Amino acid sequence: MKKDIILSGVGGQGILSIATVIGEAALKEGLYMKQAEVHGMSQRGGDVQSNLRISDKPIASDLIPTGKCDLIISLEPMESLRYLPYLSNDGWLVTNEVPFINIPNYPAEADIMNEINKLPHKIILDVDKVAKELGSPRVSNIVLLGATIPFLGIDYSKIQESIRDIFQRKGEAIVEMNLKALAAGKEIAEKMM
Amino acid sequence: MSKQLLLGDEAIAQAAIDAGLSGVYAYPGTPSTEITEYIQQSPLAKERNIHSRWSTNEKTAMETALGMSFSGKRALVCMKHVGMNVAADCFINSAMTGVNGGLLVVAADDPSMHSSQNEQDSRFYGDFSLIPMLEPSNQQETYDMVYSGFEFSEKIGEPILLRMVTRLAHSRSGVETKVLKQQNEMSFSDDPKQFILLPGNARRRYKGLIAKQENFVKASEESPYNKYIDGPNKKLGIIACGIGFNYLMENYPDGCEYPVLKIGQYPLPKKQLTQLISECDEILVLEDGQPFVERLIGGYLGNAVKVKGRLDGTLSRDGELNPDSVAKAVGKENKSTFVTPNVVEMRPPALCEGCGHRDMYTILTAVLKADYPAHKVFSDIGCYTLGAGAPFNAIHSCVDMGASITMAKGASDAGLFPSVAVIGDSTFTHSGMTGLLDCVNENANVTIIISDNETTAMTGGQDSAGTGKIEAICLGLGVDPAHLRVVVPLKKNYEEMEQIIREEIEYRGVSVIIPRRECVQTLSRKKRSIKK
Repeated sequence: MKKDIILSGVGGQGILSIATVIGEAALKEGLYMKQAEVHGMSQRGGDVQSNLRISDKPIASDLIPTGKCDLIISLEPMESLRYLPYLSNDGWLVTNEVPFINIPNYPAEADIMNEINKLPHKIILDVDKVAKELGSPRVSNIVLLGATIPFLGIDYSKIQESIRDIFQRKGEAIVEMNLKALAAGKEIAEKMM
Repeated sequence: MSKQLLLGDEAIAQAAIDAGLSGVYAYPGTPSTEITEYIQQSPLAKERNIHSRWSTNEKTAMETALGMSFSGKRALVCMKHVGMNVAADCFINSAMTGVNGGLLVVAADDPSMHSSQNEQDSRFYGDFSLIPMLEPSNQQETYDMVYSGFEFSEKIGEPILLRMVTRLAHSRSGVETKVLKQQNEMSFSDDPKQFILLPGNARRRYKGLIAKQENFVKASEESPYNKYIDGPNKKLGIIACGIGFNYLMENYPDGCEYPVLKIGQYPLPKKQLTQLISECDEILVLEDGQPFVERLIGGYLGNAVKVKGRLDGTLSRDGELNPDSVAKAVGKENKSTFVTPNVVEMRPPALCEGCGHRDMYTILTAVLKADYPAHKVFSDIGCYTLGAGAPFNAIHSCVDMGASITMAKGASDAGLFPSVAVIGDSTFTHSGMTGLLDCVNENANVTIIISDNETTAMTGGQDSAGTGKIEAICLGLGVDPAHLRVVVPLKKNYEEMEQIIREEIEYRGVSVIIPRRECVQTLSRKKRSIKK
């Protein structure tokens, strides 16, 4: 088992919260993992990414080589395209469709969607809308994580367990809300495949 | 013991605690900040009364740590690579005094300049200060090196330099921790002159340090962090330093066909190096940062051994290594199917919405651009450096910690008017105070803006040494109270801000304006924690 994942988004969106849940689950499965994060200057509203590598064998590099990434998870549509050279032939792109516009020259949304739609394997969803419908805009990242379940190579139950552990101290209601968000994302992805 | 998911930085911190650390001393700087933060948040460190408060700058950090080592206890100093320049006076001399309690200096380099103004390689500092260096390749090795590093330092009586790079500092992996050690009791050197670097003593100490070099090489030859891994194809021998080894192995999942010398401890192990060079036709050096090893073994004229690396163009002369560049260096290629479409635009970092620096720059640039077209603004290192970008395009320099005030003075000395400095509160206490004294002593015609957000913001909101003391410091240094102006940078105060800026530019002498409003990030974090 080997999964190379790139998480992308804009500084402040919280891509690392997704990485944390996957990382916990991977550790529970007894897998090796390396996760390179971005700290410092770029966190101030710049583009951010994290390389997450999971394997049942020891992992050498903290960074994913060009063309070897199995899955790009993005909280922002333009950012989902930035790391395409790393995506493998049969890799999947799972992205939020709501743009985060904090630059004056942000491209037309239709142009971005057009580029995403050219890819052979992609899931596009409005995680903010799904989260709002569930009653908590804060769980949008977990909705996105849910949409990656079919491609993660980690048991759904292990991800659920990981969410329980991470959100436990915030109370049962928060745990349940996040589990619902996870399930909602998963369902959308399964329908789109 | 248990396995924990730790950043490279956190592995340093946990290992130091486990190894009987008594104090960490540091000034925040990417990518080193998380080391000290981890110790500050560790319940075990608290229980053990490990000192972990931030220092005012890297020099005070280094000196305080040496004082703790002088007293027999184990101390850790952490900084980003450019912090080494600030700490260098004490750092180099700590090799001359040697240590009593174990002393570990961490320099976190930033190849590719993710959050820095240069990509200097700290191994050069270790080299000319003549002390051993460690360069880990992964999180576990980082932990192990730090855990045993203090003992090594005490054994050889010298500080040890641990060189990190951004990718390892900020990458997480499972780390197995070791048994917790006792802290040292207070004790002092048997040699009363050890720390007195008068020329007579210093000459004696220096001869002693030189005499130790042979032992340091021997220690490197016997180190578990330097490994000779044989391979059948002797056309090429590869020296892989630190994380360069990971990128190499990424390209050879079933083992490398060429002999590989993995380097994790310096000075270079002569024995293994000689073996590699004698057995292989050519040598390839993979090192993150500058061509330190490559130049050393190639000889200055490049005629000692046939060496490939950053100097002959096999690898890029600048920027960090990655699996792709290393693949190319060994004749492989990682191909991509997809390209980044042209619609993707750059998304540079920017000042947060609601940030006080925004209000400060809005008014400052309005005044300067309208009425003082000849103006120059000398800025400094911090969030407010982002005033360089749109919509402000406000600044003309950003060089090193504190340089805003002193460069503004130099330009004013040269005849520039108005000469304006913009510096943050934490950078001011780090290295701006001495420059302000220079200005005061000559009543230089400068307008200094200390944009005070009451924190060290760019690195994530650490305590700022001068909080609540900035006016007192300025007055103490001799700033005229009539030209020390404080204002709250908010829209409703724009008129007042504009008037103050105009008045102080027109004043022919040293003015200090302090726009003060708490960082929006630390404020919202405080509000969240109160809610909880």
